[in-house]
Formats: sequence, C-alpha cells, structure tokens
Amino acid sequence: MLARPALPSFDYVRANNPDEVVRLLQEHGAAAKLLMGGTDLFVRMRDGVIRPQIVVDVKHLPGMRAIEYDEGAGLTVGAAVTMNQLARHPQVQTHYPLLAEAANSVASYQVRNRATLGGNLCNASPAADTAPAVLVLEGRLVLHNPQGEREVAARDFFTGPGQTAMRENEFLKAVRLPPPPEGSAGKYLKLGRNKVGDLSIVGVAVFAFPDGTKPSGYVFRIGLASVAPVPLRAWEAEEVLATHSPGEETFALAAEKAMEAATPIDDVRASAAYRKVMVRALTRRGLERVWEALE
Amino acid sequence: MGIHSITVTVNGAKERLDVPSNMTLLQMLRDKLGLTGTKNGCSAGECGACTVLVDGEPVNSCLMLAVEADGRQVTTVEGLAHDGQLSALQEAIIEHNAVQCGFCTPGMLISAHALLERAPRPTEQQIREALVGNLCRCTGYLRIIEAVQTAAKKGGA
Repeated sequence: MLARPALPSFDYVRANNPDEVVRLLQEHGAAAKLLMGGTDLFVRMRDGVIRPQIVVDVKHLPGMRAIEYDEGAGLTVGAAVTMNQLARHPQVQTHYPLLAEAANSVASYQVRNRATLGGNLCNASPAADTAPAVLVLEGRLVLHNPQGEREVAARDFFTGPGQTAMRENEFLKAVRLPPPPEGSAGKYLKLGRNKVGDLSIVGVAVFAFPDGTKPSGYVFRIGLASVAPVPLRAWEAEEVLATHSPGEETFALAAEKAMEAATPIDDVRASAAYRKVMVRALTRRGLERVWEALE
Repeated sequence: MGIHSITVTVNGAKERLDVPSNMTLLQMLRDKLGLTGTKNGCSAGECGACTVLVDGEPVNSCLMLAVEADGRQVTTVEGLAHDGQLSALQEAIIEHNAVQCGFCTPGMLISAHALLERAPRPTEQQIREALVGNLCRCTGYLRIIEAVQTAAKKGGA
C-alpha cells in the first residue's frame, strides 16, 4: 500500500529540442508541465494541486545540465543543473561561494541530487533557498520562447507566490550571473526548525564588495526569503549601507530597514512576528560576517 | 497513457521493462521486480525510506519516474551484499543494534553507503548531514551514526 495515492495518469515526453517544448506548451497550455528534478512537481501532483495531462522532461535538452564559467562573461548555469552539482562545482565554489552555500542548504542530500536550480526558481516559492543568492548576485534568467530567447533580471522574475514573469509559451533555459566583483564576500543565513534539511523560516543572503563610487565605499546587497509573497531585495537597507560608513550602528540601522521590508505571514513554520525580528537578527549577523570577510 | 520500453541495470542485472508514464522508480522496483527492500514511507521526498542509488548517487525513488531510469544503473539495498557476504556497513549496523523496526534501514544503508563512497573517513557532522533525509521514528539515530563510524574505520562501505 502506498502512503499516498500513486501519481495520477499522464503522458511522459522526453523533449529533444527547445522548439519541441515550446510547441507542446502552445498545444497543451496549462495541461502541460515541465519536468526537471520532479522534487516539487510530483509532490504537487500526488497532492492533487495540479493534474497535468502531459509531463515534458526538459533536462536532456542541450546545455540544460551544463555549468560554464568565463572570466569575462561570468557563470552560466543550465536550468536543470542539480543542487549538488552546483554546490560541488570547483568554479562555483571559488567564484560564487554564496550560490554554492545556498544550493547546499536545500533539503537533504538525496533531494539535492534531483532538485534543480531552475526548478527552485521557477516554482517561485517565497522560501526558495537559491532565490536570495541569485537576487544579490544580480542573476538573469534566460527564457526560451517562440521568438528565440529573452533575459529577465532575477529582481523582475518573481511576481507572487508560485508566480513568475515567465509567459505560458516560455521556459527557463539557464541562469546567468555576472563575474563576481573584485574583493566580494557573501553569506547565506538560513533559519529552519532544524539545523539542516528544513524549509526556511527566514533566509537572508548578504553580498558585498568595495565600490569607490559609493559614499560608504561599499556596495552591500541583501536578499530575503520566506518573509514576503516573493523572495526580495531589501532596497532601503542597501541604501543605508551605501551611504553610511560600515560598522555596528550602520548595520543595526540597515537590519531595521530589512525588517521593515519584510511582510511575512503566520504559517506552520513560524509566526509573522517571529519572522520579522529574525530578519533583523539574521541581517545584522550576515552583515557582520560579510564585513569581517571584507576587511 | 504512454507505455515506455526501458532498459535499466538493477543491482548489476540488465532488465528490459515496459513501464507506464506515471510509474515511479519505487513502484518499478517493488511491484515489477519484487525488490521490496526499498520502502515507501511518505511518497514526498521527506523520509528517505525509498532511497536508492542511481548511477552511484542516492535519490528518492518515490520522486523519480521509472522511465527516467532508462539507461541508468540502479542499486537497491539488495545490491549491497556480494556473494552472500554483507557489506562492512551492513555488518556494523547489526553489530551496533542500529535496527529497531527496520523500516528506515534500507534507506539509511543506501545513504550511508553513498557517503562512505564519497568520504571514506567522514566526521560525525558529515554523517549527520548525509543522513538528514532519512528519518527514523524509533529514534535510533545515535546507533546508526556509530555504525557508520565503525564501518568507516573498518575500511568503508
């Protein structure tokens, strides 16, 4: 006996080229769902949240599982690259340790062998662990559509819980990250009910680097997860950090602003009130840690 | 619904199977091949009772389709022993009495086996993190961790 019902019936199609995917999306609309790791898709299908008639496996398309790094162009991560693949990739570890840290914080080792960066972003959970990292690293999402390709900045991608700027006839091919600025440092702080393996109650990514054009001499970026309908940047906090010299007082003020940017809800994992104060605490801690690494 | 002809190597044996689109790898192993060592717990990737190796890496077989296993190598708990000889890890699990009801054990063995393959001398922290996706509701974690440490000392998986 299965603990939950088996997967409802559907037709599995392994896509061989991007145009085939677009054609299937146009033909079947919402009745078609794309499959990469399946760690969210199959759970939702079992729960009856979605009932696709056709499941299109896109992870075998060219480039979908490739990681490419170029000093000038930066990093290109295929949408179907798994969390473990990302976390242990030498150039990701060297040049984008924040992204490796975020990928490694997702669920369990065996889930990370299937869960993909693209799936994490496209499912657009407010709690998506890689979202704050991709936001503060100023990632761009490469979408394939009938006209060819377009890029959307991560900051414009998330439009609501489970909602993205992706149109019905588009799918995510890759995520591009610019080369890391000279002397940068980052940290992802995740608060869960357990030390590892859980969804986040609050997730805070901090990324910073020296920048002589800012009054403070630094750019700090802050990305938040699980505390609003979408993963988001704490813009006002970032403005404080660009204009006030770094230190305890500035970090406290910025953490206050980050807390104000958070509009969490009460749910099974934590109350809204607790989430808000933890945004403040984790932002402050993240700023201190990143500042130590910068100095 | 589509039926797919796949070729998959399970515990070293090549199998040619016809599987429907919605059949999971877990269902294929248990219902088609009779390999009932792999358990179904939550069907949602939380408990790890269904963990098997695909091309040497642990995955939740309840969240993978049988058709996706086409051309791949799958190892289940039945594949850990060789020529009637239990693996060092299996021996250590017995030695430490690290089994109570036993439902989580196959998944634990697979996850721990994979850990010892990639990190032959893991720290306790590494063991704990590697097993975070395998839930034991008899709460026997300590003995399982000790068993993995013993297996590591005796030369690995």
